[in-house]
Amino acid sequence: MIVVAETPIDAGASLSAFQVDAHGAGGIVSFSGVVRDVAKTNDVSTLFLQAYSPMTENGIQAAVDEANTRWPLTAIHVKHRTGEMAPGDTIVFVATASAHRRAAFEAADFLMDYLKTKAVFWKKETTTEGNRWIEPRAEDYLDSARWDETKET
Amino acid sequence: MANLLYFGRLADVTGKTFDTVSLPNGVNTIASLRTWLDQKFGIENVFQAPEIRAAVDNEFVDNDRVLNGNEEIAFMPPVGGG
Repeated sequence: MIVVAETPIDAGASLSAFQVDAHGAGGIVSFSGVVRDVAKTNDVSTLFLQAYSPMTENGIQAAVDEANTRWPLTAIHVKHRTGEMAPGDTIVFVATASAHRRAAFEAADFLMDYLKTKAVFWKKETTTEGNRWIEPRAEDYLDSARWDETKET
Repeated sequence: MANLLYFGRLADVTGKTFDTVSLPNGVNTIASLRTWLDQKFGIENVFQAPEIRAAVDNEFVDNDRVLNGNEEIAFMPPVGGG
C-alpha cells in the first residue's frame, strides 16, 4: 500500500493497520520520520513537502517492487506526507513484514534510503531566518549507494 | 501549447510554478528549451545546470529528447523526501 497525501499520518494507527495486513509474519519493522524542531542553525516553524503525481507514486511503487524482488516480504506499507507540516508531525511511515527479522529490517532501510534520495519530493523549511529548499546531504547519497553495491548478491 | 512545471527552488527563481507556452521556432529539444528558459527569465545556467532533471509526460528524459510542443514538461531540482 502506497499513500502520498496531505492527510496527517498517525504512526500508531498506521502500525496497527499494518499488523492486520501482515498477519502471520514472524517479523514486522516500522519506521516513522518526524519533522524535527531544529534546523542546522535555526528553529524550524514549518516544513513544506511538494510531490509530482503520478511520478512520485510510480517511483515509490518501483522501489516497493524492487524490495519485493530482493527480500521475501509478506507486506509493505509506505505513507508519505505532502503540504505543510509542523515540528513533531510524522512525515513518513514505512512498514515491512517478513518471516524473519533481517529481511524486514533491510527492506525498511532500503525503502527509506530510496525515499530520502530518489523519491520525487521537494522539501522547503521555514525557520526564524526565512525559507530554504533542502536537498539530500552527501551522507544520504552514500547511504543510498550501499544498495547499488549489494544489488547482485 | 506546452505545459511547463517548475518544481522546488525553480518556482522561486521563475516566480511561478507553471507556464503554458507556445514553444518558439528552433526550441524543439529539452536542451534548446533549457537555453530558451534561462534567456526568457534572464538567469544564467539555472535550467541548463546538470543537476536539474527534465521529465516529459511523467517520464525522465535526456537533453536530446525531441519535443512537439504539446507536452507536459517538468523541470526538477534534486529530489528527496523523508
